[in-house]
Amino acid sequence: MFKLESRASPSTAMALASPLIALAVTVMVGVVLFLLLGKDPVQGLRMFFVEPVKSGYAWSEIAVKAVPLILIALGLALCFRANVWNIGAEGQYILGAIFAGGIAMQATPETPGAIVIVILVAGVVGGMMWAAITALLRDRFNANEILVSLMLVYVAEMVLSYLVYGPWRDPQGFNFPQTVTFAKPTQVPRLFSGLRINVGLIVALVAVVGMTIFLFRLFRGMQAQIGGLAPMAARYGGFSSRASLWTALLTSGGLAGLAGALEATGPLGQLTPYVPVGYGFAAIIVAFVGRLHPVGIVFSAVLMSMFYIGGELAQSRMQLPKSITGVFQGLLLFSLLASDTLIHYRLRWVARRTGTPAARAAS
Amino acid sequence: MSTPRLQLTGISKQYPAVKANDNVSLTVQPGEIHALLGENGAGKSTLMKIVFGAVQPDEGEIKVDGKTVQIRNPHEAKAHGIAMVFQHFSLFDTLTAAENVWLGLDTGETLAEVTARMNKKAGDYGLQVDATRPVHSLSVGECQRVEIVRALLSEPKLLILDEPTSVLTPMAVQSLFNTLRQLAREGCSILYISHKLDEIRELCHQCTVLRGGRVTGGVDPRQESNASLSRLMIGAEPPKLVHREARLGDVALELNRLSLAPDGIYGVALSQISLQLRAGEVLGIAGVSGNGQQELLAALSGEDARANPGSIKLFGTDIARAGPTRRRALGLHFVPEERLGRGAVPMQSLAANTLLTRHEALRAFGWIDVAATRALAAKLIDRFKVKAGGPDAVAKSLSGGNLQKFIVGREIDAKPKVLIVAQPTWGVDVGAAAQIRGELLALRDAGCAVLVVSEELEELFELSDRLVVIAGGRLSPSVPARDATIERIGQWMAGLFDAKEMTAQIKEMSHVQA
Repeated sequence: MFKLESRASPSTAMALASPLIALAVTVMVGVVLFLLLGKDPVQGLRMFFVEPVKSGYAWSEIAVKAVPLILIALGLALCFRANVWNIGAEGQYILGAIFAGGIAMQATPETPGAIVIVILVAGVVGGMMWAAITALLRDRFNANEILVSLMLVYVAEMVLSYLVYGPWRDPQGFNFPQTVTFAKPTQVPRLFSGLRINVGLIVALVAVVGMTIFLFRLFRGMQAQIGGLAPMAARYGGFSSRASLWTALLTSGGLAGLAGALEATGPLGQLTPYVPVGYGFAAIIVAFVGRLHPVGIVFSAVLMSMFYIGGELAQSRMQLPKSITGVFQGLLLFSLLASDTLIHYRLRWVARRTGTPAARAAS
Repeated sequence: MSTPRLQLTGISKQYPAVKANDNVSLTVQPGEIHALLGENGAGKSTLMKIVFGAVQPDEGEIKVDGKTVQIRNPHEAKAHGIAMVFQHFSLFDTLTAAENVWLGLDTGETLAEVTARMNKKAGDYGLQVDATRPVHSLSVGECQRVEIVRALLSEPKLLILDEPTSVLTPMAVQSLFNTLRQLAREGCSILYISHKLDEIRELCHQCTVLRGGRVTGGVDPRQESNASLSRLMIGAEPPKLVHREARLGDVALELNRLSLAPDGIYGVALSQISLQLRAGEVLGIAGVSGNGQQELLAALSGEDARANPGSIKLFGTDIARAGPTRRRALGLHFVPEERLGRGAVPMQSLAANTLLTRHEALRAFGWIDVAATRALAAKLIDRFKVKAGGPDAVAKSLSGGNLQKFIVGREIDAKPKVLIVAQPTWGVDVGAAAQIRGELLALRDAGCAVLVVSEELEELFELSDRLVVIAGGRLSPSVPARDATIERIGQWMAGLFDAKEMTAQIKEMSHVQA
């Protein structure tokens, strides 16, 4: 029989292989799923793994989805490394969009293009403020940050709904719950004509480099992580665990807010109740599949974007429900957590125990 | 000869990294007190876990009263009449002693019946236990007596004790020995795990010595000397420390009536602690664990910076409210007793771990010069003979002794003016322990003030120039180590300081209350 045996030290190879194993398991379960639904599994897999990367246009669409995922997941990686369980990036993302939208609504066609910078900064501030509520409650009253941050997502959704149904509704919008379409100068500049991908991609890649430096080359980043990894060691070293909490939450709130601002003034161009599409939650998976490492996060964000686009394609071309995207995302995280066991344990084949000790001694 | 109570033949157990037991055999007769002697990591604990059914051997045979048995779990061990008292107690703090024992029994007795049986057992063996007191209010020694009474309730034929004296005062050790001798006279066999040679020679009839998982000797300890036992245990005699005459300098660290309320509900309050530590001396603080050592150390290191202003002074500077970083900048370094998780971050490399207390590798804006951290780690590994895979090895991968050498080395290498060390050689093999003690003395000779907190009296006598004792959050007067006797220190450990001192303190306390 197989036996799980604790390894002498965690396996680095397995830490890197684990996401690939998880992907393979996800694909296999996906095939079974397609068969059970009576769909052609080859076509199903094509929707998820071939169609989304077929052309330059397809890649641009991947990037449009990957940018918010990368930005949010970078902040979450810092949080999770610091043992701060920010589950509410979705809410911070919404607040970022609201703050950015509030500024963008004021623009006219004559406003200088530099307003984009103001809009993005506003988004960062919005996300930070939302995360600061969680940080404050945890710091001051030791409130559980998982619950607080998660609950604040729903509050954020309500705030957004209130604004677009109420004071911010477009007077010429036929009573649709939406703001005015933002004026042209607010639009985040696109990188190529004809493709939707914009400078957000560059911002995200700069953030990847920045987070890599912060996590692995700056003392502050190291202190934040030690505060989570070994609180007693942090105290012994004289690092403040409060600083670690605030750094992690403000950084991730700011990045999620930035993602929201880029989304609102990029692909969306106005605020509607449909701003939140679950990037904040999907980014949790992205962060873990990417091993909480900025470079890994780039790859896993691309993968997660493929799931998004594949799900949409499967919906329109194979008449599958849209929730298939969520199923694939869940499968991936589930398989990842399972195969992560092999980082600390290994499977060993042991002969079934025989009755007498002598027989065992002989074997 | 009668049938042996316990007979182990050819026991082997392979763990992923080490062979914990390699063809171990031993025999315990009825009524025999049998010592299992070995250094940390020699395989004693694994062997006992095998006997108690907590670990399964890969090979070998276990016979109880002449019958071959397979002990698959502690429950089966109990059925064979085997009971064990672990080094770390498994008692719930919020329950009373009797409730704790009652919970672990499945005999269908009522709480009152169990309490009565406990009191009877305790009376029979001279174990003072108040079964109705909540466990958090019991001292460590009392908790141990509860565990022993619990073990005795199952009327064991074989009682295993794992390092039982590490938490006891010298007097309590003697009363424990009396209990064990009485048990042995009544026919109960005792397996006594220890690395303390004197105790084994005093108490035990037989001794099996383990080294590196193998049996290196089976002797009658009463016929042996400490030196001969130690040769069997480590293969050599530990090197003697050279203790030079202290050259005292200025007062380095001064505590002035330091009082501190406990941080949590189970902490110990520090009360009116005053002491002076001079440059060039080693001051040892003895005491049974849980008497305020943790709290005192945290107040000294700055991890707990709540002390009254003026109550802690470093070279005349008030540091009572300063954090660890500031205290280190002023030359006060600290080695905590927990190595993994406090003295070092388990999952980070040794190079990264240098940054915990050493900031030489930091550049402008907190930029980490990674090459410099690796160089520092490599230097420490080399200078303090740390066995490690190199600067990039994670702290967790080192053995306890080697990690301790690294951490002590990291602090010594920082050229501290005051070094505070908790349990410098706990769980460290004899060779590494001797090296660490030697380094501490060298530091003292170089003019550093050294404060050592330890539960090992032998170690304190060996290292210290002066000794004080902490008991119940209070500090005894100090005594030069050469004038101190085990008896006197033992009395102090029980909280009985000089009468004069006591009255003075009582006066002071009533004064404060008034």
